[in-house]
Amino acid sequence: MTTETSAWTTPSDVELAVTRTFDAPQHLVFEAFTRPEHIVHWMLGPEGWTMPVCEVDLRPGGQWHMVWRRADGTELAMTGSYLEVTPFARLVQTESWGDDWPETVNTTTFTSSGTRTVVVQTTKFPTPEARERAMATGMTSGADTSYDRLETYLASLGA
Amino acid sequence: MADDPLSLTFAALADPTRRAILARLAEGAATVKELSAPFAMSGPAVSKHLKVLERAGLVVRGRDAQWRPCTLDATPLREVSEWTDGFRRFWDDSYRRLDAYLERMKEQSDDH
Repeated sequence: MTTETSAWTTPSDVELAVTRTFDAPQHLVFEAFTRPEHIVHWMLGPEGWTMPVCEVDLRPGGQWHMVWRRADGTELAMTGSYLEVTPFARLVQTESWGDDWPETVNTTTFTSSGTRTVVVQTTKFPTPEARERAMATGMTSGADTSYDRLETYLASLGA
Repeated sequence: MADDPLSLTFAALADPTRRAILARLAEGAATVKELSAPFAMSGPAVSKHLKVLERAGLVVRGRDAQWRPCTLDATPLREVSEWTDGFRRFWDDSYRRLDAYLERMKEQSDDH
């Protein structure tokens, strides 16, 4: 199995996008992203995290609710609702991480490419400032030269 | 705006001039005059950026009344760095797990 890499881009001043190819047909990838019985097996982040709550009402206006439990027992909850559901091709949903974060609108597209599927996840922030803040968290590789230098410096600090 | 340490650090980092100032200070201490040189910016304008960086604990000003050289304090950056790594790793780890999980899904769908 070849290891794919994810590519982060900034399509506009309020958007962030990540593109990733998966070696599976479009309908399977769509199901992996939308059915709780699949989601809890992979959308887990770092080793040791679990997802004790995963509720998905996959229809326009339907709510979703996910709770992650970190290895140390602390939890992280996200909620939102579906704005658009086009089976196997496209999802638009709101996402809220809580009061500290602005609500985002996330669009996920699934495109067949031979036997593989290209997934593009686009996060739209309410303002460029909100995206800036998210970008400062390292969601992108940071094309800005001064930022690269800063990252080099951060790396030099070591663990 | 939230004034917890992480929010102050993010706000301070959300400006290209301030990031450039930090990158310069990573090479060593500098006076306001030295920091102003690469930018088409007045000393007072740079001082304003320095105040934001100071408030975030990223820059420390010397006591010398005349020169007050600026030095970088990387402690808040370390906290951001830990956060940063966590976020990107979340999706990279998840995607990798999905690669393996899709293999299982493919096998199961072949069985039926």
